[in-house]
Amino acid sequence: MRKLVLIVLVVFLSVSAFSTIKVGAILPMTGGVAAFGQMIWQGVQLANELFPQVLGQEIEIVLLDNNSDKVQAVNTTRRAIEQDKVVAIIGQVISSNTIAGGTVAEESGVAMVSPSSTNPLVTQDRKYVSRVCFSDPFQGVAAALLAFNNMGAKNVAVFVDVEQDYAVGFANFFKDTAIELGGTVFYEYYKSGDQDFTAQISDALSKNADAFFIPGYYQEIALIAIQARQLGFYDPIIAGDGAAVPETIEIGGAAVNGLYFTTHYDSGSPAVTDNAKLFVEAYTKKYGEAPGTFTALGFDTYLVIRDAIERAGSTDREAIAQAVRQTKDFPAVTGIITINESGDAIKSVAIVKIENGKFVYDTTINP
Amino acid sequence: MDPKTLLQNFVNGLSLGSLYALIAIGYTMVYGILRLINFAHGDIFMMAAYFTFFFVTLTQLPWYFAAIFAIASAAVLGFGVDRIAYKPIRKAPRISALITAIGVSFFLESLAVVIFSGIPRSFRTIFPQFLNEMIILGGHMEVKYGQEVILGGIRFPIISVVTLIVTAVAIVFLWWFIYKTKIGMAMRSVSVDIPTTSLMGVNVDRIIGMTFALGSALAGVGGILWAVRYPQVWPYMGFIPGMKAFVAAVFGGIGSVPGAVMGGLILGITEVMMVGLFPGAAGYRDAFAFFILIIILSVKPSGLLGKPELVKV
Amino acid sequence: MTVKKRIVFTAVAIICLIIVLYLSQEFMSSYYSRIITLIGIYGIMAVSLTLVNGISGVFSLGHAGFIAVGAYTSALLTLSPQQKEITFLIEKLIWPFNSIQLPFFWATLIGGVVAAIFALAIGWPSLRLTGDYFAIATLGFAEIIRIFALNLNSLTNGALGLKALPDHSNIWASWGWLLVTVACVTSLSYSSFGRALRAIREDRVAAQAMGINVFKHQLMAFVVGGFFAGISGSLYAHWLSTIDPRTNTIGIMLTFNVLIMIVLGGLGSITGAIIGGALFAFLSEWLRFLEGPMNILGFKIMGITGLRMLVFSSLFVVIMIFWPRGIMGRREFSWDGLASLFKRRDRK
Repeated sequence: MRKLVLIVLVVFLSVSAFSTIKVGAILPMTGGVAAFGQMIWQGVQLANELFPQVLGQEIEIVLLDNNSDKVQAVNTTRRAIEQDKVVAIIGQVISSNTIAGGTVAEESGVAMVSPSSTNPLVTQDRKYVSRVCFSDPFQGVAAALLAFNNMGAKNVAVFVDVEQDYAVGFANFFKDTAIELGGTVFYEYYKSGDQDFTAQISDALSKNADAFFIPGYYQEIALIAIQARQLGFYDPIIAGDGAAVPETIEIGGAAVNGLYFTTHYDSGSPAVTDNAKLFVEAYTKKYGEAPGTFTALGFDTYLVIRDAIERAGSTDREAIAQAVRQTKDFPAVTGIITINESGDAIKSVAIVKIENGKFVYDTTINP
Repeated sequence: MDPKTLLQNFVNGLSLGSLYALIAIGYTMVYGILRLINFAHGDIFMMAAYFTFFFVTLTQLPWYFAAIFAIASAAVLGFGVDRIAYKPIRKAPRISALITAIGVSFFLESLAVVIFSGIPRSFRTIFPQFLNEMIILGGHMEVKYGQEVILGGIRFPIISVVTLIVTAVAIVFLWWFIYKTKIGMAMRSVSVDIPTTSLMGVNVDRIIGMTFALGSALAGVGGILWAVRYPQVWPYMGFIPGMKAFVAAVFGGIGSVPGAVMGGLILGITEVMMVGLFPGAAGYRDAFAFFILIIILSVKPSGLLGKPELVKV
Repeated sequence: MTVKKRIVFTAVAIICLIIVLYLSQEFMSSYYSRIITLIGIYGIMAVSLTLVNGISGVFSLGHAGFIAVGAYTSALLTLSPQQKEITFLIEKLIWPFNSIQLPFFWATLIGGVVAAIFALAIGWPSLRLTGDYFAIATLGFAEIIRIFALNLNSLTNGALGLKALPDHSNIWASWGWLLVTVACVTSLSYSSFGRALRAIREDRVAAQAMGINVFKHQLMAFVVGGFFAGISGSLYAHWLSTIDPRTNTIGIMLTFNVLIMIVLGGLGSITGAIIGGALFAFLSEWLRFLEGPMNILGFKIMGITGLRMLVFSSLFVVIMIFWPRGIMGRREFSWDGLASLFKRRDRK
């Protein structure tokens, strides 16, 4: 009897082992931008729980940590493709990692779909690297429209993190639109990991800035907001999707109240698709709180890849990669996703405001 | 730059410099006695901030208990690092000690990533909020966005005043400790000549351990004050302040306590002033600190006050 | 053992190595062949730092600076003008880099030479300092190089870095350069120059009294170390296929990693440096299992992130405390040593 059970078990295990489809998830679970990676991972897991199967087989997610680091971004991509034999990759998160890992995916002909890398270089000249988010040129336009049209700013101080390609690119696109709109812009520079911004803020105040724009990541956004309020700056502060994590509020406290930022999605925005409703319900049931932007993007990336596998009708890497690029009008959480010929998703930008320590959906800017 | 902005920048710099100074004291003490650049100093600073954070989060006790606990833990940690990592290689070449110190620093950072996770934690609610209220000199009232606010004026947070007071108290205490107590006398003796001191019947290892504990306790105080001023803690928070404090210690003359304080204040002020005067060069800010370091090292390696006859712990 | 015999043995060993490398490239997946390439690159980094820190007895913490210089120089030379046009989004690349393109070999060589020039310029003032002051000064210089790379948009493309570098760093390039590095450093260290360096390491004052020009010798070692660091930088950049000025890529973390390699292998041993580099490359991939989900006695536990670096740093400290000589100490591999090892076995 025992033997029989064992045999059945072994057969069952081996059958189940043979019938999984492996999808890689290469995310920064440690290092500088771990907060993004962990949120996206929640979204991927949730999506995997809700939609575990495709083509009648289980989808197995292989999680690899890239330490927010470029060398590891390359190595883990290699590993996912060669060792773990994944059919497609969810990732990576910040632009510099996706650019580095994308080279490998491109060579090997495996689809890599980034949930959140917005820099234009990510998909430039790439056939296999795509994203489910908008890219910075469009986010820059949206942020400038927000600052100069919606908020009526005239002279904006832009705080540029010289260490982040995301920040440098985003700031430049913001500036281009700002000049078109007839506003003036000047830069103040800092570096990731800086903690004292009083000199830059004092300088911006002496130049009579009537709004601050901070296209960086949450740690510095929170600190700049705190110090700006301390030094007597009461005018609007605007940020990008780098602010869309709870840490912004936890660290910034009262100082980030009234902060506006451009982002991909907010759970408070009117749900446009069934998936969006499903996502918010499932997440709230599981974690007892409203989901964050990056969690939604992780969820969407999984769905887009699953959909591509389904349309490809096989686990052939090339077919899946092509199917990803042919994604059209897919009803995802963060909007209706269509991936254009350059690999970018055409999506609208949500504007979110922080009020009394909560993210509050404000409005949407369409492309 | 108009005089008001200049004055504001001076105050900003003083506020930052006083924190550098506090961390620099610990550096200078250990160096004075062991001739060891304790790379791990900045990480003990980070650990103290984490200890405070988790003590308050887990026990819900008031902040002063947490502060005492964290400072004591930092002292124990410093003592432990010396016992475990530095003591076994006391006889080895000085370079081995430096390499070990780099290793320890690396170890404490990785440990913090594993235990506390790499995500920054908010330190905002740990200490009373009034510490980050601003003292405003001058300025005028105005109504903006439906609220009455004060515009202009010279501003600095209460925590900066607290930091300056704590630094002053620390210097007085250290002066008393080094010159008026038996242990202090032993420390001075160890810093001059270790073999002779041990012949005099002084337990040198104990004295070195105590120096580490004292220096680390000060790093702990610095870590807590830093986290109150810039309200977040994360595993790599100690690296840059640690490097800057080290530059300050060398600038003031490594081994000299008043020198470390002076170095810290001067570094803080010049750094902020430089960014204030040349906003375009703010990206070069950290390079500037290292530049000062190299100039000092090549022109006057003993620093501003680093003459042997001055306070050398 | 005669000189002739030794040469024959070495030649045979090199041929064997070439065959092994060829087989590994033909039959292993590209994941493994990339790691083997990385071992070669780490080997060059470690051997060049060994020349400075292990043999000449000055302690530099600025290695990453020279690696960065080599990486940027060669990357600017191998990228095609069209690619540079696309990559430089913020400011245009300055002349003459915007219009030239060189083959990988020459670009690497020039990268090494430029790094050597930087080493000369940095070593000149810094080598007047001794001991830990020198270490800190070089650390400072490396950080200054990185910060300039971060801010000079029209030369380095700032934070965006350079991307789409041609994938030139294969097994042959990296192991070929490793061979050149080892040959150069070994012959240097066994020449009268190397003996002078060792004399300085053991006793600076005595060496000076013997008429050795300490400054000149140390500067020379520093410059040669810088040259090979630049070479490794070029290979590293073309292995990564992208380069940017972050702390993790070419900053202090890289110096620490190379330091771990040479401490692991034995400070002062060229053989040890190569072993250390290989172990580091291998372990940092292999230890990845620590961070993935594990199955222990039927319990499935989630991986603990960050554990890999903790293992490395503990290993580093433990080696320094209990085993400060590392794997090789200051010994080197030699045919005689190998032969005597076998003889001893035979006698048993």
